[in-house]
Amino acid sequence: MDDKLIIGGIEFRSRLWVGTGKYKDFEETRKAVEASGADVVTVAVRRVNITDRKSENLLDYIDPRKYKILPNTAGCYTVEDALRYARLAREAGISDLIKLEVIGDEKTLFPDTWELLKATKILVKEGFIVLPYTNDDPVMAKRLEEAGAGAVMPLGAPIGSGLGIRNPYNIKIILDSVNVPVIVDAGVGTASDATIAMELGCDAVLINTGIACAKDPIAMAEAMKHAVVAGRFAYRAGRIPKKLYATASSSIEGML
Amino acid sequence: MKLIVNGETLEIAHIETLQDLLRKLEIRPERVAVEINLSIIKKADYPAFRLNEGDRVEIVNFIGGG
Repeated sequence: MDDKLIIGGIEFRSRLWVGTGKYKDFEETRKAVEASGADVVTVAVRRVNITDRKSENLLDYIDPRKYKILPNTAGCYTVEDALRYARLAREAGISDLIKLEVIGDEKTLFPDTWELLKATKILVKEGFIVLPYTNDDPVMAKRLEEAGAGAVMPLGAPIGSGLGIRNPYNIKIILDSVNVPVIVDAGVGTASDATIAMELGCDAVLINTGIACAKDPIAMAEAMKHAVVAGRFAYRAGRIPKKLYATASSSIEGML
Repeated sequence: MKLIVNGETLEIAHIETLQDLLRKLEIRPERVAVEINLSIIKKADYPAFRLNEGDRVEIVNFIGGG
């Protein structure tokens, strides 16, 4: 079935996107990414270790010719920092894609959406394809779309919490409110969480901790792959309405 | 020449350009981005970009992240 995800003119093969943080080592990262079937991987921008030049590079394991590299601005608390990291990411990488994070609170890692909107406007003007990490707030999602975001990435729950989709109704309203793709980012803890996001009609799901910190990350990566596909198929198939009472599956006609 | 590279003060002899510095540090230019005194330097400019005493150099690359 023809079911393409296109953002900023870029076509994505998979609707599961994965992060590369928190893995035991690069080899485990590589295996999990491969098992997930994802063609988008997120990365962070940090200082090169200048004292130990023998330390390996993530991109020796995640081939940028095979995967779309989506840098983030994780750890940024101000517009200025987010812009600085985004610009460095573009220079270090190969594309204009940026997963824009402007964090507002250390404990919850909730986004500072006021600052996020400002940073989005600036980066869009500079030609970035901005994918902002935002709250499950339909009004802010609309504002980000108006500012030129290529997609919106509402959280399902706090980053790394594994609490799942805490407010499916808001996610649904976001889906009704905006025309750009909606990608649930953060909070997915297990396969059913990913399926719920996709059944709601989300265009993709981004998962890091839910895979990387599972007991067996490679097996969980594969579980998430199937969960996302199942959820997408169910969404497109159209679920039956919920009813309080039974309707028999077997006809009573012809009964003795 | 004294430079501040990724927050550390380094004394590096026999270098003139940014390309020299990266070579000295054994850093492959294709996978990094470089900022000098808060301005990003385009990769094509590395060979011609002359460093000055006391420059603040930031060299970043991609690491695991969500």
